[in-house]
Amino acid sequence: METKTKDVINGSEALIRSLIAEGVGTIFGYPGGAIMPVFDALYNHKEMIKHVLVRHEQGAVHAAQGYARVSGRVGVALVTSGPGTTNTITGITDAMMDSTPLVVISGQVFSSLLGTDAFQEADVIGVTQPVTKWAYQIRRVEEIPWAVSRAFYIASSGRPGPVVLDIAKDAQLNQCEFSYSKVDFLRSYQPVPEIDEQKIEQAAELINSAKKPLALIGQGVILGNAEKELIAFLEKGNIPFASTILGLSAVPSEHPLNFGMLGMHGNISPNMKTNECDVLIAIGMRFDDRVTGDLKTYARQAKVIHFDIDLAEMDKNVKTTVKVLGDAKQTLPLITKLLEKKSHEDWISSFKPYIEKEFDYVIKNELFPENGGEIKMGEVVNKVSQATNNEAVCVTDVGQHQMMATRYFKHTRSRSMITSGGLGTMGFGLPAGIGARYGAPERTVCIFVGDGGLQMTIQEFGTIMEHNIDIKIILLNNNYLGMVRQWQELFFDERYSETHLKNPDFIKIADAYNIKGRKVTKREELDEAIAEMLSHKGAYLLEVKVETKGMVYPMVPAGGSVTDILIGNGKTI
Amino acid sequence: MEDKTLYTITVFSENAVGVLNQITTIFTRRQLNIETLSVSPSAIKGIHKFTITTFSDSEETMKKLVRQIDKRVDILKAYYNVDYELVHQELALYKLSTDKVMEHGGIEYLVRKYNIRILEVTKDCVVFLKAGHYIETQSLFDELAEKIGVLQFVRSGRIAITKSPVERLSDMLAKRESQKLEI
Ligand SMILES: Cc1ncc(C[n+]2csc(CCOP(=O)(O)OP(=O)(O)O)c2C)c(N)n1
Ligand SMILES: [Mg+2]
Repeated sequence: METKTKDVINGSEALIRSLIAEGVGTIFGYPGGAIMPVFDALYNHKEMIKHVLVRHEQGAVHAAQGYARVSGRVGVALVTSGPGTTNTITGITDAMMDSTPLVVISGQVFSSLLGTDAFQEADVIGVTQPVTKWAYQIRRVEEIPWAVSRAFYIASSGRPGPVVLDIAKDAQLNQCEFSYSKVDFLRSYQPVPEIDEQKIEQAAELINSAKKPLALIGQGVILGNAEKELIAFLEKGNIPFASTILGLSAVPSEHPLNFGMLGMHGNISPNMKTNECDVLIAIGMRFDDRVTGDLKTYARQAKVIHFDIDLAEMDKNVKTTVKVLGDAKQTLPLITKLLEKKSHEDWISSFKPYIEKEFDYVIKNELFPENGGEIKMGEVVNKVSQATNNEAVCVTDVGQHQMMATRYFKHTRSRSMITSGGLGTMGFGLPAGIGARYGAPERTVCIFVGDGGLQMTIQEFGTIMEHNIDIKIILLNNNYLGMVRQWQELFFDERYSETHLKNPDFIKIADAYNIKGRKVTKREELDEAIAEMLSHKGAYLLEVKVETKGMVYPMVPAGGSVTDILIGNGKTI
Repeated sequence: MEDKTLYTITVFSENAVGVLNQITTIFTRRQLNIETLSVSPSAIKGIHKFTITTFSDSEETMKKLVRQIDKRVDILKAYYNVDYELVHQELALYKLSTDKVMEHGGIEYLVRKYNIRILEVTKDCVVFLKAGHYIETQSLFDELAEKIGVLQFVRSGRIAITKSPVERLSDMLAKRESQKLEI
């Protein structure tokens, strides 16, 4: 695509036109000296680009992440130099870990001042390079269209990731002749590797010969829009599967082959079966240590097939027998064609005892507690999920409530679980939920946060108020940094060092921001309060006082084997 | 360092700002020390070549390292080799006192005995150059330090060329350009 007219415009105008050419309709940002020309240009394009003024730059990036994760489009954040940019580092690193396509645009001091410790100068490229897919400093106005198109191409292609564009103030102000053409080739960068037919055949052969196959689904499937292709593959081979935390929602929760979530707080059956299967089929996942536990005891009996778009993930943590490099949307159908129809009846039914055990020891009491007592996190999640017909976007912060949300929120469609996986960033939830709402305005967005994490980005209540953002915030308040408290209980002799929180009145804070709020302390009020929250037009804070010393089980202790699973009350599986 | 192997990592990159930073970060994260480093424009215009040596006890680590380097957008190609796959050299400069050299048989004697090239002779000092493998430049240093005394010494990073006939990069570039036409 090439725009014909060659107007002479300034760099800021060129930047905005470039963004429009990339289809950007929403930006999350915060102004300051070094980016003022761009905000000035934005003023002329209000009808084309909606700018959401956040209250902290970390919030801008998390919001852009939520937007990107729910929509599949590139999230854009716009910030000023120096502190504006350093405030984005957590979000950028989070996006790098979780392969989220972002373009973060930061103002920079005049190019003549670079390297002189000028006011609000920071070495943005130096700081962000290790945590971005690409970081580029624009010093001359002529480079703007070129750099923007490159940025969007890099951020969104192959394995997606965050890109930083650092624009010197003079480049924003100087004049240039504007024309825009989209980049779709860089000789140094091959986003989608070529498919090796032989590997496809080897993989198919291995799967056809498997008696006990198990598939592990990661976010790669969602990023590659390969959900349909995946389901066709799984169903033809009747292959039971489970997801990583970021792979959740790629396949509906109730799919008969879906055995839940992998990893530290994942479901018992897929974790146990990892060390029983004969062929382990990893698809768009990267064997994070929270999934594998101790690698020395992980799936040693299995032949491993790894589907991934990123060669650097192959053999990084787990040695594979067959590496199927490529885009899952293309490789999966090729394999499916070669698959024999199988039933794997006995193998699949052998998952059952573990499912029953998990239900009896953990789930029953978490979701349907019988002897009264304090409200449990799991039951709140379950009720909210059901009240939305399992159709809502579930956004979480980080901690016990996150694990409960990923365990018990159910999904009927893809891109419905937005959580910080790789980096585990407290403070992610609220701003990511704001972004998710912009990315999917037709969907209900439910954000589960803890009392600790909410206070890390609570300033975004201001953003919600200003823009009337209709999101449902469910605060699971246990008055503790619960997940850390859990580790202290289990591994530090119940020495609760600095994990108890003296909390403010959250409802009053919400009220000050014009956000409707309600605090629930009694189980009997829960259903009605959830219904009220969901029927309310606009943002709603539902604070639920939950069990102060709740525990998340099952649990594979860090560094333990995937089959050494704690199930509570000192019991192991 | 007993059971560690010296690996030579070759990296071709676009001539972009900050590439060295991107490469060294990956070494740092994997706790690898860079032994030597040499950077220069390559035979192909606009492309830079990095030659880096590092000790490691695991070829697996080298594989992962070059994949992580290769993955960076500005990097064209990264690979590793062990010594027998390469022709490699380092340069060393030595500065000796002219008086001492004269006492030990004079300049001509040095040139013949150690196969060196004289770069500079003044009334105070003699500067000469030796090219060779690390052991060769090092053992000369040790010998001179003991017998004559070395005033200054410096050694370059390794430069290396693979023994296979073409620079592998040219094949890759040709292929990438043909893929471009297909798009
Ligand atoms: C930015 C950041 N700081 C610290 C941590 C370590 N951490 C992980 S979970 C957790 C406790 C979270 O407490 P809360 O938000 O109340 O959630 P809960 O576990 O109680 O549900 C902490 C401190 C983190 N993940 N992120
Ligand atoms: Mg808490």
